[in-house]
Amino acid sequence: MQYSFDHIKYLESETIYIIREVAAQFGHPVLLFSGGKDSIVMSHIARKAFWPAPIPFSLLHIDTGHNFPEAIDFCAKLTEKLGMQMITAYVQETIDKGRVVEETGYYASRNALQKVTLLDAIDKYKIDAAMAGARRDEEKSRSKEHIFSLRDEHGQWDPKNQRPEIWNIFNCRKKPTEHFRVFPMSNWTEMDIWNYILQENIEIPSLYFSHNRDCFIRDGVIYAYSDFIKLKTGEKVQNLHVRFRTIGDMTCTGAILSTAKTVNEIIKEVGATHNAERRSRIDDQRSDNSLEDRKKEGYF
Amino acid sequence: MSEMSENGNMVRELLRLTAVGSVDDGKSTIIGRLMYDTESVLEERISKISITSDEHGGEVMKLSLLSDGLQAERNKGITIDVAYRYFATPKRKFIITDTPGHFQYTGNMISGASTANVALILIDARKGVVEQTKRHTLIASLLKIPHLVVCVNKMDLVDYREDIFELIKTNFNNFSAKLEVPDVHFVPVCALNGDNIVRSSSKMPWHTSGSLIELLETIQINNDENLTDGRFPIQCVICGRNDSSGVCKGYAGRIAGGVFRPGDHVVVLPDRVPAMIKSIDTFDGALEEAFAPMSVTIRIDKDIEVKRGDMIVMADNIPEVSHDFDIMLCWFDDKKLSPETNYIIKHTTRETTCIIKEIKYKIDINTLQKVGGATEIVLNDIARVTVSTALPLFYDIYKNNRITGSVILIDETTNETVGAGMIL
Repeated sequence: MQYSFDHIKYLESETIYIIREVAAQFGHPVLLFSGGKDSIVMSHIARKAFWPAPIPFSLLHIDTGHNFPEAIDFCAKLTEKLGMQMITAYVQETIDKGRVVEETGYYASRNALQKVTLLDAIDKYKIDAAMAGARRDEEKSRSKEHIFSLRDEHGQWDPKNQRPEIWNIFNCRKKPTEHFRVFPMSNWTEMDIWNYILQENIEIPSLYFSHNRDCFIRDGVIYAYSDFIKLKTGEKVQNLHVRFRTIGDMTCTGAILSTAKTVNEIIKEVGATHNAERRSRIDDQRSDNSLEDRKKEGYF
Repeated sequence: MSEMSENGNMVRELLRLTAVGSVDDGKSTIIGRLMYDTESVLEERISKISITSDEHGGEVMKLSLLSDGLQAERNKGITIDVAYRYFATPKRKFIITDTPGHFQYTGNMISGASTANVALILIDARKGVVEQTKRHTLIASLLKIPHLVVCVNKMDLVDYREDIFELIKTNFNNFSAKLEVPDVHFVPVCALNGDNIVRSSSKMPWHTSGSLIELLETIQINNDENLTDGRFPIQCVICGRNDSSGVCKGYAGRIAGGVFRPGDHVVVLPDRVPAMIKSIDTFDGALEEAFAPMSVTIRIDKDIEVKRGDMIVMADNIPEVSHDFDIMLCWFDDKKLSPETNYIIKHTTRETTCIIKEIKYKIDINTLQKVGGATEIVLNDIARVTVSTALPLFYDIYKNNRITGSVILIDETTNETVGAGMIL
């Protein structure tokens, strides 16, 4: 018998190893859960890592109040299925406390405000490690992110001063005011995620599949029509066959025209399109360095 | 080996690659070219890059901008931190680490190289083997990267001459003969134009052993894992309720070497308790055998106290168990090593403290000579030292197992990772 491993199995094994290291080396880790496919896949792998014991940490959800209702429903169902506790922190509360100011205008989004809510939650629940499903293939500054990323009390990321990550020995030591962001799925690509979802038969929100939706088009991006967005004059609502490649806020997640109704069809579509996944994320398009800038300030 | 899985998707083998080279050897360009020519670059990235390149005054699309990720790097046109890139061909999926060639970022280079199957060493055809090439090759050899691929780049600037390529090859071989470098390949390339990267070049008909990608797709890597010495470092203990047998205690970890099967006679270190493997469990079902690098949960037939940092090993093949051993130490802290100070040492899932008892010699990276009489170790030094640990470690020599043969040192006051060591 040949002891070889295909790359999806290898990635799964690596992610299990990292999640277990987090559980073993930190006192209060959480798994950041957005309801998007990456965090769903990560919770699936976390279950494998500790099975038959329950997952020994909670989920943390940052609720912007601008979510797709489908994503919220899905979150609730999955938490129940996994038997996990979900902590929810609300951006609305951060706004009400006067910690941040709501953006106004046609492009108003709560995406950038989330980081304050997240840092407040990290402080309140004494979280020392927050795992997230970010991948290095998503964006160019993410390609430099280490698996264990040390953040100061302001959640800031210093790309020039990261600890070398050698072999698979992770140095998780920190000062009491610091915390770690951990990315157990750093080495996965979008295609790997979809192949894994197919292989493991993982349930994902209906938003990822082609459906009919009331949309409008602004600057070439297809937006879902919702109460959270003000239409400009001349913008009109039209019903389209769309699906979403990523799920963020309704205010900053663009849809793509698609007829893909199954995971297999999505895989074919992703393989053929060659468009960056985050292209439909308006928050990244503000400038060439926008994600890096937000990461330095404490965003994921 | 690639084959179709049941659901019709391509199952590929994973190859981890690290690219090292000096400033301006064109490392980032080669990576950009590999991604571009294997169609692993997304359209959007290309349109963004075309715009960004113009701002830097370049007329041609700079492929290196595909791989330099941070503002400071794009502004200076250099690589500071390790960047991870992904590309795939129908045969294999590749993870490539683009590591800085600069002397002051040796720690980052070691990070990128530590888990690689293949090191891509870049040489500028006009300059040949330079000091940096030697340093990088030495590090690749110390880190026991199983395969080296030497890319002689910028062949267009030497008129694609075979004699120049052959001379560089000879010089490299003369130098590397003093090192333990198991498997070396040479490819003449021009990354900028894509010659011999993915497409074979018509400009160098004298080179008949194929393009870089053909080489990377065919290098045998299934022997790179240690499948001989059964090693299972325990990450955590799992107490769960199983449907059939009630409460059960298992040890979770990732196999660091060898093959384990139910019924195997094992020993649990450090107490050397003999036991038998009852089952090897995963969420997807119990396994008849498990091998490195699988993540599994092992159950044994004895209820003993086992904790994180302990290790399950095969009874007839026990690693060294000791407080004192020698390591080849790479130091990457600005502060010099302090001989009387306790450092935290991490080895597999085990953590304890240590002191450096003795500096045996340093390695001169240019001559590869051992230099005795050293009294201190400073930034970027590579030295053989004797370590003494508070708790015993269970280890193999690095040459036999990269996981159970490696340690990192941490400064207790700053929490920084200050050194990496290969056990000798």
